[in-house]
Amino acid sequence: MKSTNVKMTMLLLASTALVAGCGKKEVKELPPVAEGTDYGTQPSDPNAGAGQIVPGSQEDFLQSVGQSGDRILFDTDRFNVDAEDQVTLQGQAQWLARYPNARVTVEGHADERGTREYNLALGERRANAAKNYLASLGVDAARIQTVSYGKERPQALGSDESAWAQNRRAVTVTVQ
Amino acid sequence: MKPQTLARKFIALLAMLLMPLAVQAQTPAPPAEDEPELVEFDTAKTRAIAVPALVAPAPADTAAGNSAALGRQIAEVISSDLRASGVFETSGPNGLRAITLGEVTAPQFDYWKGRNVEQLVEGFVRVGGDGNLTVGCYLYDVGNGNEVARFGFNIPPKDWRRAAHKCADAIYSKLTGEAPFFDSRIAYIAETGPKGKRVKRLAIMDSDGANHRFITNGQSTALTPRFSPNYKSILYLSYSDGNPRIYVYDVDAGRQRLITQSKNPTFAPRWSPDGQTILYSMAIAGNTDVYKISASGSGTPVKLTSSPGIDIGGSFSPDGKQIVFESDRGGNQQIYVMNADGTNQRRISFGSGRYATPEWSPRADLIAYTRIAGDFRVGTMRPDGSGERLLTDSWQDEAPTWAPNGRVIQFFRTEKNSGKTSIWQVDLTGANERKLPTPVDGSDPAWGPVRP
Repeated sequence: MKSTNVKMTMLLLASTALVAGCGKKEVKELPPVAEGTDYGTQPSDPNAGAGQIVPGSQEDFLQSVGQSGDRILFDTDRFNVDAEDQVTLQGQAQWLARYPNARVTVEGHADERGTREYNLALGERRANAAKNYLASLGVDAARIQTVSYGKERPQALGSDESAWAQNRRAVTVTVQ
Repeated sequence: MKPQTLARKFIALLAMLLMPLAVQAQTPAPPAEDEPELVEFDTAKTRAIAVPALVAPAPADTAAGNSAALGRQIAEVISSDLRASGVFETSGPNGLRAITLGEVTAPQFDYWKGRNVEQLVEGFVRVGGDGNLTVGCYLYDVGNGNEVARFGFNIPPKDWRRAAHKCADAIYSKLTGEAPFFDSRIAYIAETGPKGKRVKRLAIMDSDGANHRFITNGQSTALTPRFSPNYKSILYLSYSDGNPRIYVYDVDAGRQRLITQSKNPTFAPRWSPDGQTILYSMAIAGNTDVYKISASGSGTPVKLTSSPGIDIGGSFSPDGKQIVFESDRGGNQQIYVMNADGTNQRRISFGSGRYATPEWSPRADLIAYTRIAGDFRVGTMRPDGSGERLLTDSWQDEAPTWAPNGRVIQFFRTEKNSGKTSIWQVDLTGANERKLPTPVDGSDPAWGPVRP
């Protein structure tokens, strides 16, 4: 049993790396971005043309945190924030420091290879792990809500290690 | 066992209707007090039972159709129930000749013997002056040429299926010695749409899939329903305010309320066997524990667990004194038992893999669960953790629920890749596995008790 566990962990690590390598695919889900725009300092202009990103918005957040910077991924049944996750959350914290009125929801998810009820609790635990780390970086915890979707809202739709690795996630979404 | 009002009414009725037949005395010797209860019956040995259409003397129209048609439909339901139990090989009403009213009380045993029938069910449907139906059903032993039992029900026409289920239940109990289970209902989650955007609605149906009704419209995700023991309310999880919260839904009034006023997410609702207490799980700052609260909505929640791990779910023993629940306090999901006040928590599952979703059998002798070791399989063990048996073998079988007699288990099966779900049924021997008919995909079945 023990050796199986080790094998499994190695497999998961490998597939996580694979996912990270494939991260570029997610770019197409982002809204189009006007080139050369300085998002950080430009004041909001309701009359701005199409393609303009409103500072403090979800689009602005995604632009700021970069590819997959809105989420951290977890190993099977785990909810710890590792070094890579810390970098990701630091990026989110920087954006939150820039927009002190912005509020976010951290959505916790699990892969389909857990039972429904346990996964709801596991998603909540993951969302809170991300929230706690953000709070430790100085983000007021009152600005961070959590919600768990368990295994009910998969991002990747396959039934394989690669899909499951993408689905074990905590995603930060701005509250508009 | 609760008094069966329908059946009781009928006994008096029958006495009047079918006067000349002396009721055969059924006097089985009472078992000795300390004799162990026999729990196994041989499901491999099926019995051939014939169910010709019930006779409708003076056929008449009713709100549910003509009584002659109902006679055939009732026989179809009886036949289908008995066949689905796996204990019987049924024939009829299709393919069997029509019987006369006279035959109902005086069967042509030689005719049925020639057709290799061991047991015979005959009956009648009468429309009374008040518009109600009187359904009589008789069970005969063809080999011995005698009446085994007779049952009857006086019901509004719209409840004709219940009369059929009651008749099938009575026959099943008489011939197997087991408690009845056909006349019961199931709450479940109806699922539609692609895997990434699944619509999940609360729905209810009879134990055979009939009388199906959607309760919620699918705008918000609904999960994990549980029928109250009196079928008047349903506990379930809904995202209707954007967060997972447990509501109690009043079936007649169509209204719902939160079981507890809290901003924290709540999961995994369960009723106590008497319907007076609700078990639920609540996460505070990410840590989930099991709580109980009065079903009336008054009173304050009582926290039953306090481990830093996930404690979730829970299922009362039939006497209400103990609770079996799931916890990962030891590193991964395992099954634990505690007293109903939270004391004496102890782990009972020690096999390989993870163990989840424990449900205590209504007959107290077993606990059903999901075992996760690669694939998900449904199994049973004794309340002390011994006697582990796996009943299913598929990619993902999850969340068992017990038939009211503790002999049959339903669960849901998820397909690899597509994420499609369906509700399945299997008996305690692992035999007679079959898919339940549902109008769309189904998950999270929750079986209620036999109706009074």
